[in-house]
Parts: sequence; structure tokens; C-alpha cells
Amino acid sequence: MKNPLVIVGRIILGALSEFGRLFIFTATAVSHVFRPPIYWRLIGQQMWLIGYNSLPVVGLTALFTGAALAQQIFVGGSRFNAESVVPGVVVIAIVRELGPVLGGLMVAGRVSSAMAAELGTMRVTEQIDALTTLSTDPFKYLIAPRLLAAVFTLPMLVLVANILGVMGGFLIGTERLGLNGASYLQVTADFLERADVYSSMVKAGVFGFFIALMGSYHGYNSRGGAQGVGKATTNAVVSAFIAILLSNLIITVIVFGEIS
Amino acid sequence: MSTPMIDIKNLKKSFGNKIVLSNMNLSVKKGESLVIIGGSGSGKSVMLKCILGLLHPDSGTIHVDGQDIVQMGSRGRKRILDKIGMLFQGAALFDSLKVWENVAFGLIQGQGLNKKDAKEIAVEKLGRVGLTADVGELSPAELSGGMQKRVGLARAIAGDPEIIFFDEPTTGLDPIMADVINDLIVECVKDLGATTLTITHDMASAHKIADRVAMLYHGEIIWEGDKARIENSGNPYVEQFVSGSAQGPIQMDLMKN
Repeated sequence: MKNPLVIVGRIILGALSEFGRLFIFTATAVSHVFRPPIYWRLIGQQMWLIGYNSLPVVGLTALFTGAALAQQIFVGGSRFNAESVVPGVVVIAIVRELGPVLGGLMVAGRVSSAMAAELGTMRVTEQIDALTTLSTDPFKYLIAPRLLAAVFTLPMLVLVANILGVMGGFLIGTERLGLNGASYLQVTADFLERADVYSSMVKAGVFGFFIALMGSYHGYNSRGGAQGVGKATTNAVVSAFIAILLSNLIITVIVFGEIS
Repeated sequence: MSTPMIDIKNLKKSFGNKIVLSNMNLSVKKGESLVIIGGSGSGKSVMLKCILGLLHPDSGTIHVDGQDIVQMGSRGRKRILDKIGMLFQGAALFDSLKVWENVAFGLIQGQGLNKKDAKEIAVEKLGRVGLTADVGELSPAELSGGMQKRVGLARAIAGDPEIIFFDEPTTGLDPIMADVINDLIVECVKDLGATTLTITHDMASAHKIADRVAMLYHGEIIWEGDKARIENSGNPYVEQFVSGSAQGPIQMDLMKN
């Protein structure tokens, strides 16, 4: 029987060294984002892969969620004769929280895993080592373009998600719940503040950063063949999810904690 | 005597408490072809990665063309890497790029050549290894193992390097294709006048491409000498390896357990 303190200590040391490695990786990656050469073609290619290909899944998620939200708020609100709050609550919930978070999670599921699998395979087939021998820095060539592309693409995706989320609520509200279309849009516009949109975009950028960072980090450091790549893929998605949810909480508390 | 092209002194590298290179000394003269033989897990790949700067050794020095690459910054190392070509064991071609883009990669990214000139050189180098220009338009996944190795060789020699590393160049190939690759290596190296360091466990390949042979065992060079002396080295480890016998001083890991 092992001393439980030994086990606890080992776990804490392991976690600390993992955080240290992640921190060094992040610092190296970010420093390469700002130093030439910058591979514009690769950034464009990644933006296409991350952005355009994620549009259907992000858009549908937002549309359905906005619609379901409107239905629930209508049912809840009708107990207090407050059906008219539907547009306001939907737009606030979507823009402040659900648009960026659900959009971020969906993209993380698609993109972090794909990045980890691609970079992991490049690692185990020595393609990353080959880059170095061809005088090309893997951080600059592989990781910096992914980080940049994700940070700039996610806000655009979330913008689309926000609009479709509100539209989902609008469709259910006017077609099923009998709300007036013109006043729905009016209430939506009245409730929405500029700060909501800004915070939504900031969240999206931060989530994009974590999506690319976790995909790259786990892929770049994957070890041990096909099984290692599989593990890297799973870890990338799980850690990206946690990073998104935690950073969302922190940003929400910072931005909206003061107002209340 | 001129300074050696590659000079490794007291190189040590361990992972955790597993010692991979215990105290390695090796030098390769300019224009010489040195083949390092040794079983799996003898530290051959780790040694190569230390020379390329992919791994940082625990102690010891590695001089390439008279410069210590262990202490060197990234810019200096890039200058050294420009002189080096490498053929990887699995060819390590970039599967997102076409074959010719693979061959031209170092020319475009490393030396800043424009695409058109780089493609011309790439096609010429592909011809050098017996591949036609239309192979250049394929993606690496469409090629057989032997063709991938040839493309890897073309990529390694594309920048006219002064030093070339070959990591198990014949592993995974049939004996005839292995011989074709060996011939190509000998020819290309002769053309370039390059210094080469090859790691292999294929004795036929070692016979063909080596000027000198060294044997790595448990992280140390235990024997080195001219190719002609390998058959009567007088070293029981080398004799066992050359004859490929399970009986002898080298015990495989599975027997230890």
C-alpha cells in the first residue's frame, strides 16, 4: 500500500509540470505570431477550414437553440403574463452567453480534434522533424497560422451564430407563439446593447485562441503512434472545452459583474 | 589534418532514468561516408536528433563544420541546417503538398527561391532519382514506399547540401528496391561530394555506401574502422551483428526479462 500523500504529491507535480509545458508552448507560439515570416497563404487556408466549414454546424446549433429558448421563456413567462419578455431574454442569452459558448464548443469539437489529429500524425511520421531540417520553424509554419486564423475567424462565426440564434427565436415567436414580428424586432433592438456585442466578440476571439492552442499543443506533443494520436485528439477536445467554459465564466464575471 | 565535418565528444543523453547515449565520441571527416550500425534501441536515432538540434543533449559537444551546435542560437542553427539534408526513415513527406512541392520545400521556405525556379530544380532532382516530372504532380500518398523514399532522397539533395543524414534508408523496402536506393545514394553523394552519416541495421546497405563503419551499442561507439575490416573486426559484438546471430554477447531485451 502506497502512502496516499505520495500519490497526491505525484498528481500535483504532474499537473504543475504539464501547466509549465503548456505555458512555455503558448509563449513560444504567440511570440512566433508576431515575428516574420508570416505565412499569409496558410492563414487563409486555415481560416477557410475553420470558418467556412464550421458555418453549417454553428449556424444550425444557434438557430435551434434560439428557437428552443424562445419557447421555454414563453412558457415560463406566461405564468406571470410576461410573454413580451421573450425577445429581450432571447437576444441577451444568445449574444452574451449561448452564441459564443455553443459556437465555441461546436468549433472546438470539429477543429481542435482535426488539428490534433493532423499535427499528431505529422509528429509520429517525423514530418515535423523534417520541417526543421528544411530550415522551417514548425511553430511558425504550423502553429502560428492556426492560432491567428482561429482568433480572427471565431468572432465572425459567432456573429453569424448570434444573428441566427435571434432569428430562431423570432421564427418560433412569430410563427408559433403568436408574437408580433415588428414589435419582436423592436424589443430585441431595445434590449441589445453595444457592450453585449463587444463582449460576445471578445469571448469568441479568446475561445478561438484556446481551440487552436489546445489542438496544436496536444497534436504537436503527441507520442507513440496511432494510439498516441487518438489520445491527443481526445485531450485536445476535452481541454479546449474546459478552457472555453472557464474563460467564459471569467469574462462574464469581469464584464457583467459590475453592472449588477 | 583538416577539422572533421562532424565531431561529437562525450555526448550524453538520457530520458528520465533511461540512459540512451552514455558517452559517445565520433568524428566524420569531410567527404567521408560513415555508416553507424547498431540494433534497435541502441541510440542511433537519438544521436541524429541531437546533431540536428531536435533534441538537446544532457552534456557533451557536437561540432558541425567547426561550430558547436549545442550552444548555438536558433539563427546560427538555421545556417547550419541549410547545409544539411536528411532522408527520414519513413520518408516523412508532407502529405498536404504535392511531390514537387515537397522536393522544392527547402528551396522555397529556407532559401527564399521563387516558385518557378524551385520547381525547375525539383523536377531536375526528381529526374536525378529516376522519377519523371509527372510524378511531381502527384500527392505523396499516391506513391509506393520505394518511390516515397526516392522523393525523400530528392528532397534531401535538393539544396545541394554539404552534409546528408540517412536514417535507415532501406528499411521497409524489398531487397531489389533497397539496392536501387543504395545505388542512388552512392551516386548522389559522389555528385555532391557531400559528407554523409547513415544509420542502419542493414549490412548489405552498409557494405554498399560506407567508407567507414562504426558500431553503436548501449549508447557508446564500441568499434569503428574501415569497411574492409568489418568482416574480421576482432570484436565479438560486431561479429555477432554482422553475422546476424542470436547467440553472442548482444542479448536482446526480450531475453533479459
